[in-house]
Amino acid sequence: MFDLSPQDWIAVALSLRIALVATAVSLPFGIAMAYVLARKDFWGKSLLDALVHLPLVLPPVVTGYLLLITLGRRAPVGAWLADHLGIVFSFRWTGAALACGVMAFPLVVRPIRLSLEAIDRRLEDAAATLGANSFWTFATVTLPLALPGVIAGAMLGFAKALGEFGATITFVSNIPGETQTISAAIYTLTQVPDGDRTALQLVLVSIVISMTALVASEWFARRAGARLHGA
Amino acid sequence: MLVVEIEKKLGDFALSVLFASESGATVLFGPSGAGKTSIINMIAGLLKPDRGRVMLDGEVLFDDAARIDVPVWRRRIGTVFQEGRLFPHLSVKANLTYGHWMGGHAADPAAFDHAVALLDIGPLLDRRPGKLSGGERQRVAFGRALLMKPRLLLLDEPLASLDAGRKQEILPYLERLRDDAKVPMIYVSHDPAEVKRIATRVVRLEGGKVTATGGVELL
Repeated sequence: MFDLSPQDWIAVALSLRIALVATAVSLPFGIAMAYVLARKDFWGKSLLDALVHLPLVLPPVVTGYLLLITLGRRAPVGAWLADHLGIVFSFRWTGAALACGVMAFPLVVRPIRLSLEAIDRRLEDAAATLGANSFWTFATVTLPLALPGVIAGAMLGFAKALGEFGATITFVSNIPGETQTISAAIYTLTQVPDGDRTALQLVLVSIVISMTALVASEWFARRAGARLHGA
Repeated sequence: MLVVEIEKKLGDFALSVLFASESGATVLFGPSGAGKTSIINMIAGLLKPDRGRVMLDGEVLFDDAARIDVPVWRRRIGTVFQEGRLFPHLSVKANLTYGHWMGGHAADPAAFDHAVALLDIGPLLDRRPGKLSGGERQRVAFGRALLMKPRLLLLDEPLASLDAGRKQEILPYLERLRDDAKVPMIYVSHDPAEVKRIATRVVRLEGGKVTATGGVELL
């Protein structure tokens, strides 16, 4: 009954790769952004905050289009990157990862920011009196204490990246084997006669992936929480 | 020797103190609101004075005129806070060795064993701070501050969060710490009974000013 073609499996693998890369790359930036928003006060902070949340409120197609006209092969930034660094996003899986990363970014930042704001700053003072400079204080006290938020952010980011459709298809189109993710494949299958069966199977696969990710992140979060509360 | 000569305005409250301390335990004694904790924080480097200077063993830690303000993490001043402030995500053992790792000085298993024995915290080493009683937590906090090999120990009402029975239990450890470790101590308290047991010198504070300095007879 389960008869997905190799091409369908490629879409599944591509989805996983894109979502994982998008999450892994946006996580360090997300942590840095969350830290800045949680801890620093500066002129234009609310503007930066709004900018970070923009992909959440804009129609995905708009975000995808904005990426296309800045990072496309002939767009100013995209052309520069391609000519000088050899980095091409348009119509590549890397572009899909970028679009997913941008769309997921606000969801990554938010839980991390909240958990950073909940940390008892006096523990960081204690670390400083024990000889930890700001980098080591962050690495050994702040970040471990914010770990449940980091896990939640990574999980939300991964889920968003896995389901991303609008921005990705606008930016890098729907090319089987290169930019066609599960979502795009299902969409394509709904457009052809007799596609329902395969579409349903892909739906099942995506449910399994999402549930696995959810259970795994719950488990990690519970372990991290237990570590903090003295188990 | 520690020399403190600082001024700080905290809202309506003006703090202006001058005192020096040598070896042994110098107790900053006074009612709550006298500015004791602010002074501790300024010596540690956690709070910046408006004016004045802080010197330790001839090294200037803070001097507004010379624009010197050594960062907290470079001062090597062990601090024990009222609430212990142990790291909840680390074991007792990792809390104790934290200062050693951050200070980058060579491992000293003898000093570790000695401090563990001195404070009777051997059975606690593998536990997490969340599972400790208040008294155990403070003993670990003493050990953590001691094992960073500080030049000076600051103790900010370390017994304030404990009930009377626990206090009696911890006081002998503090006396041992004072006599055994040979690290000068600045001890903040508003409890005369506690001060009598710990102090070798008393600095009496009221309303942000030093009103008297001398021996235990000041109490």
